[in-house]
Amino acid sequence: MRQPDPKAEILARRAELVAGLRHILPERAVIEDRISLKPYETDGLSAYRQTPLAVVLPETEAEIVAVMKFCAAHGVRVIPRGAGTSLSGGALPLADAVVVGMMRMNRILEINYADRYAVVQPGVTNIGITNAVADEGFFYAPDPSSQLACMIGGNVGMNSGGAHCLKYGVTANNLLGLRLVTIEGEVLEIGGTHCDAAGYDWLGLITGAEGQLGILTEVTVRILRSPEGARAMLAGFATNEIAGQCVDAIISSGIIPVALEFMDRPAIHACEAFAHAGYPLNAEALLIIEVEGSEEEQTAMLGRIREICERFNPVSMRVSETAEESAAIWKGRKGAFGAIGRISPDYLCMDGTIPTSRLPEVLRRIEEMSASYGLQVANIFHAGDGNLHPLIMFDANDPASFARAEAFGADILTLCVEVGGCLTGEHGVGIEKRDLMTKQFTKPELDQMRRIKSAFDPDWLLNPAKVFPL
Amino acid sequence: MMMPQTEAELAGLVMDAAGPLLVQGNGTKSAMLRPVQAAQTLSTKAMSGITLYAPNELVMSARAGTPLAEIEEALAAHNQQLVAEPSHLFGAEQTIGGVVGANMSGPRRISGGAMRDHVLGVRLVNGSGEILNFGGRVLKNVTGLDVAKLVTGSFGTLAVMTEITFKVAPRSEATGTLVLPGLDAKAAVKALSAGLGSPFCVSGAAYVPATQTAYLRIEEFAPSVTYRCQALAKQLGGGEVLGTEASLELWRDIRDCKMLPPGDALWRVSVAPSAGPAVLEAVAAQGVSGFLDWGGGLVWLAGPATQEAHDAVCAAARAAHGVWWLMRGPEALRAAVDVLPPESAALAALRRRVQQSFDPRGIFNPLKLQAA
Repeated sequence: MRQPDPKAEILARRAELVAGLRHILPERAVIEDRISLKPYETDGLSAYRQTPLAVVLPETEAEIVAVMKFCAAHGVRVIPRGAGTSLSGGALPLADAVVVGMMRMNRILEINYADRYAVVQPGVTNIGITNAVADEGFFYAPDPSSQLACMIGGNVGMNSGGAHCLKYGVTANNLLGLRLVTIEGEVLEIGGTHCDAAGYDWLGLITGAEGQLGILTEVTVRILRSPEGARAMLAGFATNEIAGQCVDAIISSGIIPVALEFMDRPAIHACEAFAHAGYPLNAEALLIIEVEGSEEEQTAMLGRIREICERFNPVSMRVSETAEESAAIWKGRKGAFGAIGRISPDYLCMDGTIPTSRLPEVLRRIEEMSASYGLQVANIFHAGDGNLHPLIMFDANDPASFARAEAFGADILTLCVEVGGCLTGEHGVGIEKRDLMTKQFTKPELDQMRRIKSAFDPDWLLNPAKVFPL
Repeated sequence: MMMPQTEAELAGLVMDAAGPLLVQGNGTKSAMLRPVQAAQTLSTKAMSGITLYAPNELVMSARAGTPLAEIEEALAAHNQQLVAEPSHLFGAEQTIGGVVGANMSGPRRISGGAMRDHVLGVRLVNGSGEILNFGGRVLKNVTGLDVAKLVTGSFGTLAVMTEITFKVAPRSEATGTLVLPGLDAKAAVKALSAGLGSPFCVSGAAYVPATQTAYLRIEEFAPSVTYRCQALAKQLGGGEVLGTEASLELWRDIRDCKMLPPGDALWRVSVAPSAGPAVLEAVAAQGVSGFLDWGGGLVWLAGPATQEAHDAVCAAARAAHGVWWLMRGPEALRAAVDVLPPESAALAALRRRVQQSFDPRGIFNPLKLQAA
């Protein structure tokens, strides 16, 4: 992936710029020695690495304002970073850029149960919000697989989803307000604790903008009361087509399960070896279906879903009887990436979305590509919303293998666009899909987005060389 | 009035426009926000029709001029609906373009999200006459900047939408309403908050001061409606439960503001739910009154179309850290007052730059939102 040339004059002034950052920030907020910069070289897309000019770890909004003003004045590029879990390289540094790490802004500022919101700093982890409100029976709904580590600031940046967004929506649907510092050091107050914007939906625009428009300092999220209970079931089918038809039949019956996940045979085997969740190894395709409600409601709803599944001759079907069983079922699914890591030295996790009715055809084409590229692939799919995660296995020590994996991934995403879908459902464009944007958008469309970016960041200093083709 | 029948024709008209254009669908919301000074009107109402409906994929696309009624009818035929439950306050003639352009959402907004939460993609013509497509037809999409959200609720000030793709959902098998009579506003909002904070997925929570009655809605499969209404009643200390028919009628009336007292001006105020009662109280002296939706957070108000009444509404919204919209009023009032809260200097400058990025000549609904 081509990166822009670093600005030579910035590299030449490194010592001076670091001294300048030290002048405006506390001592412990500036990192510049090679060893300490090491952890910031990469993110969840570890195939790409680059040491940044420096890293700053601000603790207050005022410090972020100072950093932004300083960088804007000196023409220094800025890379916002949460937990560094991005799978699309959203936090990948540039040699001439300052990384602004949010991990020290990790306080929960306010929780209001009557009005059902929480005000948090961007460095709070996703699960940290739920943990803070769980005692009162509440939770924060979007649940990306990396929720133990990933931060709400990064979730807003990427508009993260999760396995339960079929019912609860993605990050953008669960926010009320935020504070954003622009590259000019202006603090924008967006939204608040009420619903809906009077005027433009800046909240909607900033969410998922991948750090192109500013750096967050505060996020107001909606919190929801947890359901009385939840229970999962497994249904294995003889072919991907049949499992796809079953998904159609469930949705068409008017049932929207809280989660509806699909795994193909390689994913089933990898996850079962990892989680011992009782996944059916004789199935070509597996559905994990979860419902919520009281005990009686769960039983009634799972009964309806069982009846639908039975029409498609499942090779196995099992309703979880205990909370432990449900937890094991989810452990397998949420641990899917780790499970693939056990059977392959490296993998690329793709993230296209397709119209759900095209699933069987898309999986067939992916299988053909897998054969022609000589690389194995396992498919995990948020079946209710069409978000497909093919995990392409390769060996990073073999450059040819990595190049093939990248080409394979690009082919899959191009296919997703061809069948009426999109390049990314929840991981973001980042650097990974940057050059594929022309597959989905025309030049005038990309230019319109570029002009919006310029309205916030006229000199393109914020997270450059991501999202938009160079 | 210019009524292009195709996107290409519309793009040509925009390119050829010599001055400002009043951009609208069927014009049902023309008395909302600031009056637009334009020699010509550009309407999308001749671009009509549903272009895609895949019930099993929960998605529909329609040209901007498609009447809302036509969309609701097509969905009902498959036992589906618009999640955001847009109000029919402005009549049955509203177009989907107008509903999305105004981000109109009804009672279900509190649980299911706003219109903007369900817009998946838009096709539009910008001020340079370029035909552009953003978002798509799939339910999850984070590819590039979310221009579809930005355009939703922008009242035609950025671009002219030509086609909109949105998420739809199954209609629930049954609907139930717990009716709590004899409550003042504060006690009512407390009950609504308790309901919304319960595990029973309350999908509507409103309070009508004139009758001192609070309503909580459950939409589920029939056995769940029965169970959840009873559980809520137990938690909140009793109350009558309405069945499906009566509930559907009641929530249609709430959606369409049928309980709003008459008045020459109409406002909508959005605040944190617990602040709703204070807003009602603060505006009463000016002869402004109304009712609460969204658990108390949405205050619909009607009253005299005077500067004093408007100022009282703005002050009440501000005191509650909320926002207001002047939804209907005589032209003189709408031209003279802040129809929306004024922005900070930084946000106002940003708005102008973003507007410029879509519409460099400033021809689309100029000054519809703000006086400058």
